[in-house]
Order: sequence, then C-alpha cells, then structure tokens
Amino acid sequence: MLENRKWVIIGVFILVGITYLARLFYLQVLDDTYSLGASKNSIKRVVEIPYRGQVYDRNNQLLVYNMPVYDLYVTPKQVRIPDTTAFCRMMNLSLSDFDSIMGLAKNYSAVKPSLFIKRLSKEDFARIQDALVDYQGFEPMISSMRTYPAHTLSNALGYVSEITKRQLENQDLPYYRQGDYVGHNGLEEQYEEQLRGRRGVKFMMQNVRGVNKGSWKDGEFDTLAVAGQNLITGIDVDVQQYADSLMRNKVGSVLAIEPATGEILVSVSAPTYDPNLLSSRHFSKNYRALIKNPYKPLINRPVMASYRPGSTFKLIQALIAQQQGSLFPNMVYGHGGSPMRCHCRGGNNLRGAIQNSCNPYFYQVFRKFMYFNGDPNTFKASAIGLRSWHDMSEKFGMADRLGVDLPSELKGNLPTVKYYDKVYGGEKSWKFSNVYSLSIGEGELLISPLKLANLAAIIANRGWYIIPHYIKGFGKTGVGVPTEYLERHETGIDYKYYLPIIDGMRAAVARGTVTPLANINGIELCGKTGTSQNAKFGHKFDHSIFIGFAPMNNPKIAVAVFVENAGWGGKAAASVAALVAERYLKRKTEAKKLEAQVLASNYLPALSRLPGAAKPAAPKPVYPKPVAPQKDSAAAKPLMTATKPKSLTLATVASGN
Amino acid sequence: MSSSNDPFAQKIDWLTLVLYFGCVTIGWLNVYAAVYSPENHTNLFDMTTNAGKQLMWIGTTVILIICILVINHKFFDSFAYVFYAVMIVVLIAVLFLGSNINGSRSWFKFGAFSIQPAEFAKVATALALAKYIDVPGINLTKGKDLLYIGGIIVLPCILILASNETGSTLVFASFVIMLYREGLPGWIPAVGITVAALFVLALIFPKLYIFAGIVALFGIIALLMPRYNRTTRNLIAMAVVGAGMMVLVTGVDFFVNGVLQKHQRNRIKVLVDPTIDPLGVGWNVTQAKIAIGSGRLQGKGFLEGTQTKFDFVPEQSTDFIFCTIGEEHGFVGSTVVILLFLGLLSRIVILAEKQRSKFARVYGYCVAGILFFHVMINIGMTIGLMPVIGIPLPFFSYGGSSLWSFSILLFIFLKLDSRRTALMRR
Repeated sequence: MLENRKWVIIGVFILVGITYLARLFYLQVLDDTYSLGASKNSIKRVVEIPYRGQVYDRNNQLLVYNMPVYDLYVTPKQVRIPDTTAFCRMMNLSLSDFDSIMGLAKNYSAVKPSLFIKRLSKEDFARIQDALVDYQGFEPMISSMRTYPAHTLSNALGYVSEITKRQLENQDLPYYRQGDYVGHNGLEEQYEEQLRGRRGVKFMMQNVRGVNKGSWKDGEFDTLAVAGQNLITGIDVDVQQYADSLMRNKVGSVLAIEPATGEILVSVSAPTYDPNLLSSRHFSKNYRALIKNPYKPLINRPVMASYRPGSTFKLIQALIAQQQGSLFPNMVYGHGGSPMRCHCRGGNNLRGAIQNSCNPYFYQVFRKFMYFNGDPNTFKASAIGLRSWHDMSEKFGMADRLGVDLPSELKGNLPTVKYYDKVYGGEKSWKFSNVYSLSIGEGELLISPLKLANLAAIIANRGWYIIPHYIKGFGKTGVGVPTEYLERHETGIDYKYYLPIIDGMRAAVARGTVTPLANINGIELCGKTGTSQNAKFGHKFDHSIFIGFAPMNNPKIAVAVFVENAGWGGKAAASVAALVAERYLKRKTEAKKLEAQVLASNYLPALSRLPGAAKPAAPKPVYPKPVAPQKDSAAAKPLMTATKPKSLTLATVASGN
Repeated sequence: MSSSNDPFAQKIDWLTLVLYFGCVTIGWLNVYAAVYSPENHTNLFDMTTNAGKQLMWIGTTVILIICILVINHKFFDSFAYVFYAVMIVVLIAVLFLGSNINGSRSWFKFGAFSIQPAEFAKVATALALAKYIDVPGINLTKGKDLLYIGGIIVLPCILILASNETGSTLVFASFVIMLYREGLPGWIPAVGITVAALFVLALIFPKLYIFAGIVALFGIIALLMPRYNRTTRNLIAMAVVGAGMMVLVTGVDFFVNGVLQKHQRNRIKVLVDPTIDPLGVGWNVTQAKIAIGSGRLQGKGFLEGTQTKFDFVPEQSTDFIFCTIGEEHGFVGSTVVILLFLGLLSRIVILAEKQRSKFARVYGYCVAGILFFHVMINIGMTIGLMPVIGIPLPFFSYGGSSLWSFSILLFIFLKLDSRRTALMRR
C-alpha cells in the first residue's frame, strides 16, 4: 500500500529531528567546552601573519628582505584624546585628515580595530611610542615591509601590495582576506605560496571589554603560522647591477643564462626603477608615476617585449637547413638572384655567411629549404616547406611561451601555414616569394629576448636546453625546484651541425660584424648580431640585437642583448653583451675603453617621438647608478633612504582586523 | 461551485496557520536580535535594519496570503503549466538581465530590494509536477513517466545552476519524497542515499578502508544469508554491486577535482577538515557551533547574545539565523523551533493524505519535502552535520524572496486543502 509510505516519510522527519536534537543536546548541554562562562566572554581570532620569505642571488647576497614596520590601529569606542590638536601634531596629521580617518573607522565598527596609520618606520614609531600612553584606543601592531637592498631586478621580482579585487575573487582556496598583502607580477607572484608561508590563527577568549582571558579550548583549534620559504635565485647580483649601469640611457633588455643549467644570471629591463618605490607607504603615488612614464619602465622587456629577431634568426635557418639536408657547410652562394641588398662582398660559405651576416646567402638557404620537398606546385611546396620550418624552429622554443617562472611571459609569433593562409586570404594564396623575409628574421616573426637568450644557450650546449628559470632553490640550492626546470629539451639537430655555426659566430666577433672593441681578450665570445627593422616603420633607427656565449668551449654564459633605436647590432648590443660576459667570467672589467664608450652612449628616443607623450615635462625614469665591481659581497648594505617615510601622512584606512 | 460563497476562514486549517505564524514571529524577533546593537538600541521597527525590512516583508506576505485564499482553487490547477512556463522564461531572463550579487547572477533588483526567481521556481515546479502526476494512468514505476517527471525537475535545475546558485538547485532533490509517496520504487532513493553516503565516506576515510569495509559488509551478508538464498546468481549480483560501489568511491576524486567549482570543492573539503580554512568557511562553521554551544540549556536571554553580535557569525540574519536562536534561547529554544517544524511537516503530510484530488496530495507532499530539505540542510550546517550550503531556514531567515516563496508554497496548499473541507461539509 502506497499510503503506508507516509509513515516512512514521517519517520524520516522524526529521525532527523531526533538526531538534531541529540546533537544540540550534546553541543548545548553536555559539551561544556563551548560554554564561555557567565562573564559573557567571546572568542576572538588573532591572525598571525608569518614573515614572507627572503630572496637571495646565486652567491647568497640578499635581494629582498623584510623590514619591520608598525601599523597603528584605532578602536573608536575606546578612544580618549585629551588634546586633539597636540595629537595631530605628533602624528603629522591635519585635523581634517584625522576626522576623515576616524569617520571611516567609526563607520566600519565602533568596537573593532581599524587601521589608523600604516607602515610607520621603527624610528617614527619610537618617536610616538611613549606619547601614545596618554591616548587610549590606539594599538600598534608589528608588520613588515619588503625591502630591496640591491635596488635592482624590479620587474623580475615583482612587488608586494594589497590584494586586488580580482585576485580576491579568483583564489583557489579562500585564503586571502580584504587588505591582505600578496605578490604581484614577477617572482613574488609566481612563488607566492612558498614565499608567503601559511598564516596562523589563534582563538582567544575575551571579555566584553576586549581583555584577553587566555586561549580558547587550550588552543585545540589554533593553527600555527608557517614561515615563508627563502627563495634562492640564479641571479648574479654583481653582474646584474653592472648590466643595469650599462643599460643606462637605453631602452631594451639584457638576459644572460648559464647554458648548462638554464639558470638566469642577469635579467635587465631598461629603463628600470628602484623596487623600493613600490613597497613604500607611497605605493599608489609611485605606481601612478611609473605607469605614466613614457618609457614604460613597468614592462618587463626580456619576457614581454617582442621584436623581429633580425639576423640572429639566421642561426636557426642554418641549423635546420643542415639537418634537412639542403645545406652543407661548404656551399657557397653569391649575391645574384636575391632581392636583398648586402654589405659584404659575397661568395661566402656557411661560416663566412654567419661571420658577415650575408643576407643573400640566407635567402638562398631558406629558398632551398622551402622547396626541398620537390612539389612541382610552388604554392603547395611553400606550404609544406613552411610547415617543416615551423616544426623544426618550434623545437628551439620559438613558438609557444618558453615557460620561464614569471607570470607575465608573452608568446610572440612564429608564423604557421594557417597564419599566412589567413593573412593572404586562403590556402595556396602565398608562396616563398611572399614570405622570404623570414630567412633573415624579419617579416612576421616576433620573438622575445628571453627566447633569443635561450637560442644562444642552445648553441652553447650544441643542441639542447633547459627552460630558462630564475629559481635555484627554496632555502637551499636545488630544493623545491619545479621538475620542468631540470629536464633537458633536445632540438633534434645533430651535434655536428652546430660546429660550423659556432666557428662562424666566433669569427663574427673576432673579425666580422661585431665592433672590434667588443672582441675582449680572454673571454672568447661567440656571437651573432642582429638588426631588427624599425627604421622602416617610421622610426629613426633600427633596434640593435646581439646574442652570444662565452667561452667558445665549455661555455659558462649565454647572453642576449637588445638595445632599442640603437642602429645595427654589431655595436651597441654587442658591446653590452661583451662587457657583461667579461664581468661574469673575470669578475672584473678590463675593457675600460669599451665600457666608457657604452656608458657614454645614449639611445633614449626623444620624448616627443614617443606615443602618448605630449607633455615635455614627463617624469624622468629612475636609473640606478653605475656600479664598480664589488670586492666585498657584504658591501650590499640595505639603503633605506628610498623607503624611509618622510612624514606621517595617511595612506589608507583599511577595514578588517 | 458553491464553495466560493462560503467564507474561506472557516475551512482553513487553523493548526497549520498557528504553526506558520509562530515560525514567522519567532523568526522576525530573532532577525531583530541578530541586528541588535547594544550601543545604540536598535529600534524593532527601524526600516533601515533587516528587522524593520522583515516586518515590511511580513506585511506584504499577509496581503499575498489573502490574495491566494481569495482566488478560486481551480486557478492553480488550470494554470500550473503556465506558471511553470513563465518561470522558465524568467529563469532564462535573469541569466542575462539579472544583477550580480555575490558572484551569482540570479537576482532582479528593484531599488533597495532584490527578488530571486529561483526561490519561486520551487512553487512552479511543484504545481507542474502535481498537474502531471494527477493525470490518470501515470505510473511512477514506468520508465517513460519517470523520464518526463525527471525532465520537469531537471529543466529549472539547469537554469538555476547556470546562475551559480548550487544551494537552490539541490533543493530540487527534495521532490524525491513526493515521488516516493506516489510509488517511486524504493530502491531509487536507497541508491541515492547510498551514493551520497559513499561520497562523504570517500572524502573522509582512505579508499583502502572503504574497500575493506565494502568487502566485509558483503561478506557478512553472504554468511548470514539463509542457505537457500545463497545461490551463485545472488552472490554474483552482490559482487557486482560491491564492485560498483568501489568504482564510485574511486571516482569521487575525479568528480571533486574535475567537475566541481572551486568554492564548492572548498565547502566539501572544509566539511571533512575544518582546519584547512580557519578563516573562511571553516570559520563560519566553528563560530556557528560556538554560538549555539554557548547558549547552554536556557540560553543567554533575548538580545543578550554575544557571539551573534559583532559579526562573529556571518550571515547572521539570513542563512545562520538558527545560531541566534541557539545562543539566546539555548537548548530549550532550539527544541521549540525543531518541534515547531516537526509539527508543521507532520501536519502537512497528514493533510496531504486526506486530499481527495491527487493534484492536491502530490502538491502537499512537494511542500513538505521542500520545507523538510531546507530545515534539514540549514540547521544541519549550523551544528556541523551538513556542508555549508547557502539556503535559508523557512519563515525564519531574513529576506523577502524566501519569505514570499515559502508562504506562497504553503498557502496554495492550504487553499487546496480548504476546498477539501468545503467538499466534505456539503
């Protein structure tokens, strides 16, 4: 009888009711741990924020540490201020500021503390500490501020600031609260979880007056704070600072990699700024100034900028053509039959073509590569040829993001068959004669400095690479490094094909396209210059590019340098690269003449030529001072001048406790 | 058709009415207690507080009730499918035109007030189901009929899920109570409950233990089985069921990580281990338990609560309203509320059984099921027996949409029921 099922249903209702009553009886009557006594105690949670991990360079020099600062909280209901004017004078506040902060705090809660002033330095706090006794309702809390003693690597490190609304909503576990500090951009964001550690929570009993009455339930529900882990990077801070100084008055990138490990040694994005600017109390003001700066110092150029790689791409052309079987080192091409102009005398073999960066030679190499499949239909043959060109170049990490440990890496463009089908409107609508600019790294190619530095590392390794990365370990070298930064990636090009290329690269520096001064004694630099077409697009000068490695045998450093608007690659970029390599290998600079030349050169585009820079009085970018080689690594003492708060002006009043 | 001449007040079920107004009044006083601040002596009728607004909602609800009782009962029967169709259109419209509140696009905003169509979808779906099952010859053991019924339930579910209101979607599971009464084979809810239980167990205990448990359970059953039942066929059937359960347990991880959204995943994880998120959902549950536990036997007294003031407990006047009751009125107060609900639910079931029309009976069971599901989940989450699912406590929680929809739900049934007594008297 279906009707009898009503008893089952009522039975279920009653069963649930009895279960809940039993549970309530347990919670409310039997289990007296939930009892808070007759004094109407309440439970307060006290949040313990652990110190964020510090960041070191490869030689254990500090890049980032935490400086203790004080946040002052106010509980409006408890406030007793005998003399408001005197109080404001002590705090360096105007009366109206004081009123607006107190208004906000009252609005939030009369009985819960609100942030009154944040990030008081130790000195400022010491000054007001004694006087605070006379004023009730103010409570200092110790907190910390990111400090950058080396004043460098700003874009790669990123910064720490209050969590944005977007980040708050998109978190995986609901860890962060409004007003929490969190890493933005760079390594601070990439390794946020390891750096921040884990916040602890203590439950404290308080009476109605907010006086602590000890921990609740003997701390059964408390969780301990776990300190953040220290990040060791592969950066060499001495060389980094030196490269910073070389890139003064220039726009561009320097990226150096240790070829055997893929560790990034130097990562300069010029113009740069002092990272301390974004950790001070004046974050918003400084950030706005940087955003408005016409040289765009907030763009992390090594991974975010994309350029036509110019002649540096000839290295890949030569390698894949040899592997395909369409090019042999002894093949000689003249200038005839090519639509390209050239500055060399022609008649080179492969080594000579690389040494002199012969454009017609690589036009012929690429042409032969594209038509090597022998299809009689040139449109079809070009599509097949380009497909294999793309697939082989992809093995060099040129197509997708390389996967460096920064959140901001951009992809660039390694054109595919599909791409050209779209550009030219349909399949078989284009052929070699439409795309031959690729042969010398121009046309639709867009490659980041990071990828070209990696190309230098690949050639230095004669055929393989490890994805470039900043991390060297957490706490200790080698600990906690993601496995993708330990794997070798093969390029599929045989070892023997690299040898004539490397010979050509050595010759390019010794007696080829590179300016003679950059051939520094004793470092055996091998390299390839590139000139990224820019003048053609309405600018005054091309971009100067150089990639290379040193020494020739058993290379220790691979480097890519981009200097925007600096003309041909053999001078500006090659000089910087040579000096960086020398500093890294010798720990000192002997090529003084070259150094002086680089330091003196200024390739900053005139402000009037920059888009969106109508006002002549645009804020000046911040440049680090040139540094002499450091003999004593302990010399990197924290310099607090940039961050020391000058006055106690209000930044914000955050809600929450 | 003479019934419309009789005053309806004589035929309405007075016991239900008393229980209903008991709930609404206690609910309102507790909303007041939840927003009460000892410093500025919040006024009970202050229209800027939730308590004042709730009074306004109660007033409008009374008007709605009168309208429902005046309308001819045939209206609900005849227009059941129309309501349902309109509801579906509104649910689609809210996806595109609604305002985004707390990450779910499920509200229509009118000035200071917002209406959530999902709350009303339950009423429309209950009516549509009643209308469909009312057709003679419908058999709930037949696959085809079940398929149509499933379709009626699932369609609004999909739309509500699309607007990111998982809690309201789960409420539709409560129709299984009505379906069971109307002849749904008992094994279907049994399988559902087993799956849910295995799901929770798989999250709490290591998989190997559960496998061992399943093997042991079926082993014991096989041993205790009467000899004549212990055929090869039965044993194979048991082995298949056991293996199916193991596959399910293995699939839980995939479901949790692959199908659920982040915040849903967190709520399940927190139910298993509250310490993983001591400041978020875990904090809510801990605080709710503290508030209720601190009420002891008699409670701290009206407006004397400390935990439910000062924002210790989140959503105090809506989803966590039961904490205020538990804290200020203790075990005694909690018991009264639970008994009120038990009384109301039993009364609805008893009334539903008395109905002559299948339409009214089916609808009555839908009402009982929906109310039961809300009460079970809502109170269960505040005492840590259920995951945190944001659905209101009927008649108690602050909020116009929920008060309106629950009152409409209940009073349509009382109207249908008043028709029954009218028929009997004639």
